[in-house]
This record gives sequence, structure tokens and C-alpha cells, in this order.
Amino acid sequence: MTEPWIEARFEENFLLTTVEQAINWARESSIWPMTFGIACCAIEMMAAGAGRYDMDRFGAGAFRATPRQADLMIVAGTVTYKMASRIRRLYDMMPEPKFVMAMGACTIGGGPYFKWGYHVCKGVDLIVPVDVYVPGCPPRPDSLLEGLLRIQDKIRGHRIAKQRGDGSGFMCRGQKVEDELPLPHHSGYVLAPADQEPMRDHQKVTPK
Amino acid sequence: MPVPQRVVDALCGRWAGLAVSEFRGQARVVVPREVLFDVLTSLRNEHGFDMLVDVTCVDYLRYRGAAQRFGLVYLLASTSTNDRITLRVMLDDPDPAVVSAVPIWEGANWLEREVWDMFGIRFEGHPDLRRLLMPEEFAAHPLRKDYPLQGRGERHNFPVLARREA
Repeated sequence: MTEPWIEARFEENFLLTTVEQAINWARESSIWPMTFGIACCAIEMMAAGAGRYDMDRFGAGAFRATPRQADLMIVAGTVTYKMASRIRRLYDMMPEPKFVMAMGACTIGGGPYFKWGYHVCKGVDLIVPVDVYVPGCPPRPDSLLEGLLRIQDKIRGHRIAKQRGDGSGFMCRGQKVEDELPLPHHSGYVLAPADQEPMRDHQKVTPK
Repeated sequence: MPVPQRVVDALCGRWAGLAVSEFRGQARVVVPREVLFDVLTSLRNEHGFDMLVDVTCVDYLRYRGAAQRFGLVYLLASTSTNDRITLRVMLDDPDPAVVSAVPIWEGANWLEREVWDMFGIRFEGHPDLRRLLMPEEFAAHPLRKDYPLQGRGERHNFPVLARREA
């Protein structure tokens, strides 16, 4: 019987964790989204922030009116070409770590303007990197909360000060680690086909 | 809302070549392009049409019986007498241009910018004729009838931006 290593060495009400887990916990429980409604999806975003759905339960109810204080950009609405450069600029103004949620059909791929809209950017992921796609036209607040939880999953998978596998020093920010959590999916944890060529044939215009 | 008959009579007595019609109690006047600025000035200063409601345009390309391509429409209102009048200028294709109405109504500024953006009608003397709705690098005028409906800016023409490239 060996001596307990750490148990009963401290007084009560004393928690032990790792720095990584503590930082991730703090980050995931205080995601401040940017007030960024550009079309009708913003109504659902507001509903998600209001009392009935109450995004504040997850620490994400403090909508900031400036990108300098925001962690999450919920692109809620149709992205026109004129707005696209502004969105990129706002994204660049946000401090790291930053996350982007594409809310609704228009931001995912152009939505109803996909074929014939001369004015609509065909997906906000052509402008900024998107972490979570929330489909719907518009998505219900439940879906938005689900997307928020997936962002929290993503934050939970972050690693800080991680050594490389071959022992050649610490990793830089943004580098992939082997034990990173898989990209979240709405049906649970599903491995995303990260290096797979995306299917684009269904989007092609067939010449007559 | 009565027809401003005295206004129409005054206009027709002063300028030749005005075509007047009436629809549901409102007067519509087709004005030649050369006298447009004078007619607008007269309506504002002498007949009390102090409000420019809208400047918009119609593209009559391949329209039955249309002799000229663009119909530029001015909607005027008088806030004192509640009269309304519609002016229309017919413009044709290479280089459609009219004199800007910004010296008469300051509010024509953005309305004319929108018409320039969507239809490519040049307003001479406009203080700031830039695109209003479309980005600056956009080259076409999308509300013209010969603008293609399909095949520009499709998603598969662009690379999707990933986190490591941003």
C-alpha cells in the first residue's frame, strides 16, 4: 500500500486541473459573439439570445458591438459582395482565438441566390474561414445553440504549449496535434473528411 | 388626389413636345431630354413640387412598341397640396445620359447613384457618381435586360478559405 500521492495533502474546497483545461474551460464558457445580423437570420439569432432560448446559459449571451471584444462572429444573413470586404475587415479586427459560425443557407453557399444572384457572395467561407455551419433558412434558435455547443467542443480540443510528437520543441498556434478532437458534427462526433476533395460536381452549371 | 391639371397645362404651354397621359387620377408626362432640367426646376420653384420621391428607370429592351431603350422616371410630390406627378425621359443606348437633378433636390444624390449602378445611366453634373449597391470593382449594370441571369460568380469558381490560410 503506497502513500496517496496528492490526496489529502490540501485542505478542502481545493480543485486541481491542468492549465490547458482551465484555459479551455474559461474560453468555452465565455464566448462573446459579435452583433452581426445582416439579414433575416439575425431575428433567429436575437431569439436565441433572448429569454426563451437564453444563450447566456452557455456564457455566450454578451453580444459585443465591436469586433475588438468578440470571440465569435455569427454571420447571420445574406452576404452581398459589397458586404464581403467589410466582413473580412471585421474578421481581421477580431482578436485571436476567433471563431466564425456561418448561420443559414445564404452564408453557407449563397442560399436562394446561389444560381442567379449577381449580388450575393456564394458562401461566407470564400471570405473568412468558417468553423461551424448551421444550416436552415433560417435555422431555429435550437440549431444555433447546437452550433454554439459545437464551437465549445472545438475550443475544448485546443492544445496549448504542446510538444511535437518527435520531441523537436513546442508547437505553434494553429498547428494540428494528433489527439485533437475531431471536427464536431450535428449528429455527434464524426470524423470530417479534412483532406478529401470536396464534392463540387453538383454545383456545376451544365452547358446546354 | 386631384390631377394637377393647371400644372400640366402650364408645362404644355411653355414647352413643346410633351406627351401627357393620365392613370387613376395621376398625371404622367414624357419630357424630351433637352428640357428636362428646366421642367424639373419649374416644377420645384413655380409649382411647389418640393419633394423628389424617387428616381428610377425601366429598361424597354425588346419591349413591344418601344422606340427607345431606357425610360428614366422621376416621381415628384408636393407636400403642401398633396399633388403627385410622374415625369419620364426616354433615353437611347449608346451612352444614355441626362443632367443631374442634385442642384434641384439634394435627395437625388443617392437615387441617381443607384440608377447609375443598376442601369448605367450617366448623370452629368452629379457631384459623386459612384456605385451605390454593388462593389466598386463590379463592371456591369445588373438590372439591364441584357445582363445574363446565370453563370457568373458561381461557388465552384472560388477556393474555399480554410483556417490555416486565413
